[in-house]
Amino acid sequence: MLKQRLERFSWVDIFLRLFQVAFIVIIVIGVYNTVTTARYTGAQWATLVFAGLAQGSIYALIALGYTLVYGILLMINFAHGEIYMAGAFTAVFLAQYLYNIGILDSNPILGIVALILLAASVSTVIAVFLERIAYRPLRNAPRLVPLITAIGASFALQYTFRGLYGAEFRSYPTVNVLRGLVNVFGFKVPLVQLVVLGAAIVLMVALYIFVERTKMGRAMRAVSEDKDVARLMGVDIDRVIVTTFAIGGALAGAAGVFNGLFRPQGVYFFMGFFPGLKAFTAAVLGGIGNIPGAMIGGLLLGVIESIFPNLILEGLGIPSANQLRDAFAFTMLVLILIFRPQGIFGERLAEKKA
Amino acid sequence: MNKKTSIWHIIVRSGLVGGLVSFYLAAIGIVETFSLRNLIGTTISIGMVFVASGIVAAGLLTARALQKEKFAKGIGASMLSGVVASLPLLFLIFLIEILVIQRADQQVVFNWRNMFVNFSPGLEGLLTFGQGLALGIPLLIVFCAALGAFGGLLVLLPNHWRLPLINGLVWTLGIGVFSENVAQIITQIAGRGLVRLMFQQKSLHPVAALIIFAGAFVFTYSMVHKKVQVRWTNLPSSRQKQGRVVGIVLGIILLLLLPWLVGQFLSQALFIVGLYIMIGLGLNIVVGYAGLLDLGYVVFFAFGAYTMGILTSAGPLGLSNLNFWTALPFCVLVGLIWGFLLGFPVLRLRGDYLAIVTLGFGEIIRILATSDWLAPFEGGPQGVLHIPNPVIFGYTMNQPQAMYYLVIAGSLLVAFVTVRLRDSRLGRQWMAMREDQDVAEAMGINLVQTKLLAFAIGAAFSAMAGGIFAARLGNIFPHSFNLLISINALALIIVGGLGSIPGVVVGALILVGLPELLREFTEYRLLMYGILLIVMMLFRPEGFVPELTRKRELHAKDEGFIDQNMEAVETTKS
Repeated sequence: MLKQRLERFSWVDIFLRLFQVAFIVIIVIGVYNTVTTARYTGAQWATLVFAGLAQGSIYALIALGYTLVYGILLMINFAHGEIYMAGAFTAVFLAQYLYNIGILDSNPILGIVALILLAASVSTVIAVFLERIAYRPLRNAPRLVPLITAIGASFALQYTFRGLYGAEFRSYPTVNVLRGLVNVFGFKVPLVQLVVLGAAIVLMVALYIFVERTKMGRAMRAVSEDKDVARLMGVDIDRVIVTTFAIGGALAGAAGVFNGLFRPQGVYFFMGFFPGLKAFTAAVLGGIGNIPGAMIGGLLLGVIESIFPNLILEGLGIPSANQLRDAFAFTMLVLILIFRPQGIFGERLAEKKA
Repeated sequence: MNKKTSIWHIIVRSGLVGGLVSFYLAAIGIVETFSLRNLIGTTISIGMVFVASGIVAAGLLTARALQKEKFAKGIGASMLSGVVASLPLLFLIFLIEILVIQRADQQVVFNWRNMFVNFSPGLEGLLTFGQGLALGIPLLIVFCAALGAFGGLLVLLPNHWRLPLINGLVWTLGIGVFSENVAQIITQIAGRGLVRLMFQQKSLHPVAALIIFAGAFVFTYSMVHKKVQVRWTNLPSSRQKQGRVVGIVLGIILLLLLPWLVGQFLSQALFIVGLYIMIGLGLNIVVGYAGLLDLGYVVFFAFGAYTMGILTSAGPLGLSNLNFWTALPFCVLVGLIWGFLLGFPVLRLRGDYLAIVTLGFGEIIRILATSDWLAPFEGGPQGVLHIPNPVIFGYTMNQPQAMYYLVIAGSLLVAFVTVRLRDSRLGRQWMAMREDQDVAEAMGINLVQTKLLAFAIGAAFSAMAGGIFAARLGNIFPHSFNLLISINALALIIVGGLGSIPGVVVGALILVGLPELLREFTEYRLLMYGILLIVMMLFRPEGFVPELTRKRELHAKDEGFIDQNMEAVETTKS
């Protein structure tokens, strides 16, 4: 018995195991050093966590698009980050307009809802168009082909919007009502972060109810289970796939507006690329194809990205740890895909795919 | 399209597709940007060619769908489709008119020009030929009709007229677009006088254009007429062989003489093409042969460049002041080792997961390279400076021409190794693994070893290219090793044809060489890459110079290799 097990245990496994252990040791040392030297106060950590949650809710909304599409087509829609960009970049012009005529301050809810509607519809149109032009003809092609198409689509969309709206940064105006701090459990948290988090959660719950309770949601689940059988049961596959892309696009568009509301850096044509990759990380973290997984994965990734540079890297004595913030998200991605490709919550789809 | 689709449906559909292409090109600013660059005389600019391309495409599509109809009917339909294609352009004129021009002198709250940066009066002027709306719009419609009919002609004419026409157009437009480079070459060969006759600044002289067109036309016409291709295939095989040998010898001579024919600027472009051929050949082993999609391939290029930099630099970061030739093997070695190390953790991953993880590696290493943390070792954002040029027999290779020979030698070496590997046991193992990992493993192929060798050898080639790159540039900075290099390399091997060595060369010439020459296109380079990748995947997934097995695989259905049962197996697998 033991001998058999030993025989099956190849040196690749040993190496990967060592790799894993080394990582855990590094993390533990970093955390231990940071905590024992008491570099930051509890309030500072709380600030980081809340900022991470707000950022994470944006990742989560984008991640849902990846997860929905992956669940149904088993395909990574590499251009999803650009769909997010399309909505955010278009809505910035409306936001500036609404700000100039004063609606964004006199009637902020109406203004923000209008922004979300515009961004979501632009993103939806782009997503559906992309599916029709680039993905549908390739549905039965070898796996690499749609992935390469998606990479091409990603660049084509970036530079289309660069041509259309110009290459400069455009900033969302600050909404006065959203300024200020709120007291949560005794910690002072910027209101805008809470609003973004809350709105994102509302959208996610709505999506969950849609998928679990409506007829179209049931059809989506059926198609993700088995396309051919679903077709035999009378499900219109094309319609389901288009709906999936549309929902993913709408959520990404909304995420674009939230991003604009709480990050003043401005939007431009390349803004979707890295959030797209990170959202993909979030989707993988929660188990790709798994809807609640993507939500929790997004929030988790936001928090990790926000606190880990300070928590681990500074403990290890690495200078200017915040420069390495992005590296953290990618390291997470690599580690999860290598050690637990089915994600935290595990999803049968990961097995089916392999 | 089924048989009952009415002719009107075809006309409207292709017209709208073509018109929207033109609309798109105008709306993202390509048309206006290139309207300043004249092609022939002072009337025809590259921008106009872009607008026209959509309209011509409309006529082309219509004629293609109506190929079996009578000639006159086909041409009439393409002409109508050209008129339909003008509708989106008219809509664009309308938008510019009411959103921008009419409101120009009013105090507005929402400035549309601020959003759609290219909706300018200048664009409207271009589309109406500067004649104002009343005269310009009818003129535009007439032009579109003519262009549509022309597109129809390109399809419907019999071959012995069609091919010369297309060739004549390609040559005239080609020489017009590359006028600067052509002028340089002509200056090198024939002197300045001819250049002055042919070109007015960057634009072809109309008479010269006409002569080029006529020349290409007559030449192709006589070639088609004499049935050159048929006669070649009818030659006895020994004569064909002789002919091929002569061709190859001529090719080699041309390759060696090239830098002296084309001058410094083009030699530098050729150097970069050669560099990408090396990178592409390396990536071709990983993606084309072993079927492992690697999106972080730039990492190895960067390792090669940094190894060269640190080993030879005369600056403070230089460790050993080795010369280029002793440092180059170390670059290759470092590439091998890192290919091995980064290949190891991803052994268990397949397909798109592998792609994303390698992309992640690429980004992690780029971020680390720019961080302050590692700056004491590799310079951080300031990079490594003062890397000497290679020296051979006391001659410093600081001219692009000299580096061209170096990179050609490198590419030939890499190509030779690739061919030998491809035909070896290892190459067959790679391809077996590409086709089906599980079956390959069941056949007794050691997947771990095979995969790692693919990663390591591919990485070594790229690192060698990196070393040469560093020695040419003299200074290297982390931001030059970004994702775009990986995407470039991937795009070029896909466009050329995955797994095909001539494909890599063709891909590098098209995707790297052309943009190097067309400096004006820099802004739209990535747009064109993106669209090219999509279009290739949709219509010619095997690439321009396909490898045979891959072509069969991708077109299995058309050629009837796969019967119903096999198809069922395929769909369940995917």
